[in-house]
Amino acid sequence: MIWFAWRRARAQITIVAAAVLAVAAVAFAVGRADSTLRLWLSVLVVVLPGLLGAFWGAPLVAGELESGSYRLAWTQDVSRIRWLMLRLALSGLAAMAVAGLASWLVTWWAGPLDRADLNQFGSFDARNIVAAGYAAFALALGVLLGILLRRTVPAMAATLVVFTASRLAFRQLARPRLLPPVIRALALDPSTTGYGSSGFLPLMPAPSLQPAAPNLPNSWITSIAIVNGKGDTLTSSELAGTCPDIGHGGGAASGSGHVRAPQSVVSATHDCVARIAATYHEVVTYQPADRYWPLQWCELGISLAVALLLAAACAWRLRKIG
Amino acid sequence: MPGAGCQSGVSLRHGADTGAGVELWPVDNAIEANALGKRYGRRWALADCALTVPAGQVVGLVGPNGAGKTTLLELVVGLLRPTTGTITVRQRAGFVAQGAPIYGDLSVADHLRMGRALNKHWDGGLAHRRLEEAGLDPRQRAGRLSGGQRAQLALALAVAKRPGLLVLDEPAANLDPLARREFLDSVAQAVTTSAEGTTVVFSSHLVADLERTCGYLILLAGAQVRLAGPVDALLAGSAHSQSLDDLVVSHLREVAQ
Repeated sequence: MIWFAWRRARAQITIVAAAVLAVAAVAFAVGRADSTLRLWLSVLVVVLPGLLGAFWGAPLVAGELESGSYRLAWTQDVSRIRWLMLRLALSGLAAMAVAGLASWLVTWWAGPLDRADLNQFGSFDARNIVAAGYAAFALALGVLLGILLRRTVPAMAATLVVFTASRLAFRQLARPRLLPPVIRALALDPSTTGYGSSGFLPLMPAPSLQPAAPNLPNSWITSIAIVNGKGDTLTSSELAGTCPDIGHGGGAASGSGHVRAPQSVVSATHDCVARIAATYHEVVTYQPADRYWPLQWCELGISLAVALLLAAACAWRLRKIG
Repeated sequence: MPGAGCQSGVSLRHGADTGAGVELWPVDNAIEANALGKRYGRRWALADCALTVPAGQVVGLVGPNGAGKTTLLELVVGLLRPTTGTITVRQRAGFVAQGAPIYGDLSVADHLRMGRALNKHWDGGLAHRRLEEAGLDPRQRAGRLSGGQRAQLALALAVAKRPGLLVLDEPAANLDPLARREFLDSVAQAVTTSAEGTTVVFSSHLVADLERTCGYLILLAGAQVRLAGPVDALLAGSAHSQSLDDLVVSHLREVAQ
């Protein structure tokens, strides 16, 4: 049965593994001078698991249902559940291996650039081990959607949509909360705090202060807030009340990029921040640099656990076909 | 028609699986179905069907297109689950599905390797002999086989399992007359060379396909079993019918009225 699972999957595994190695060979031959290549390689590592889910996972059962060959496959002595589990396991491990290989090669290639950047969380999704977990998740998702929709092309599309949505949701909502963040209070520094506008621009411009990011190399700063002793954040009306002139008189016209503000504006802002700093301070919420590997392992573990749950759902739904 | 809620929680058992592919003790009946029904959406493909198929018989399953033949056979081999009633299959089944599905991207030899990999009992020598007789090149991609060769490959896969129950769903449909004759000869040969007690169930909408080999007849029409029994007894019991064809046609006329 393992031979059969391998025989069904070997062409696609060989092609994708060869393509990954070819891209890596080109990257190493081109070198690290081209900064867009680094971005493209990171994109490749991020999208590869979703593509494996769509192109390997979705057709695994849906293709058999569409072509009718399930009537050959599921009338042998091996039960359809066992047939599914072995094929799912083989394709899942292959997807993990291929995505892990791609991620490892890109991590190696980009290593000198990443170390110089001191921003390891900026490329968190595209380096080291998380991609392997996402490949397992995407593959099981693709197989399940193939079983549910019973048609290859809709299942492939659904896999890409659901995979992308769950990746974004996890990244935005779950990852910052996986480990309790470190919270640090700092005094507002008038010489490094600037003025900006946030809110739903340009309909409701809300003036705000923009402290410079504190010097926390390789950390992941999830939020910087300005709060007073009671814990209330600085509102834009309070800011406008304390510094009625802020944001007026000079500065860059919108869209003109970096233009140095006139000295009068700079000193007015400095005075304003100093007044605000009498009652308010800066609160930085972040994941320190040494949380990188715990978070990588944590995310890999969660992906694999979800993949196993999806595999169980596949078996349960497959039983109901017919 | 059985209504909703009629006999829910039914079981589908595939019994007498000896593990070695050989029946340890002879069974009386290969298939027993009780109040068997299968519904697709609102349409009953098979309704309230009671059926007993004695072991060791060559059974012809006839009926017009859409009568429920494929549904019944797929219930027998476990591809479908009954909506109502029960079906018990007491022999290990080998199956040739309608249209003889194969994997187009695998070679003929890969299919035989698949058969060995996926079955507890596998007679590789028999499979090779059958393919040799049918003139199939093991290295050929199965997707390039003609309809007749495809059917021969599917039959070889089913027969090499050494099943106690061989189920063939319209295997000769879509074959040209020559390939059809050759294939039916292969089936007849498979029947004569199979182990004692092997049951063969073979469906067709053409009575002529069955006449030469079948000793037992099941007539399905309008989702129900209209007639079932040994061919001799059925013919003897009918005053007007000289042949199997006459018998089937007269029953189908009755159903139509």
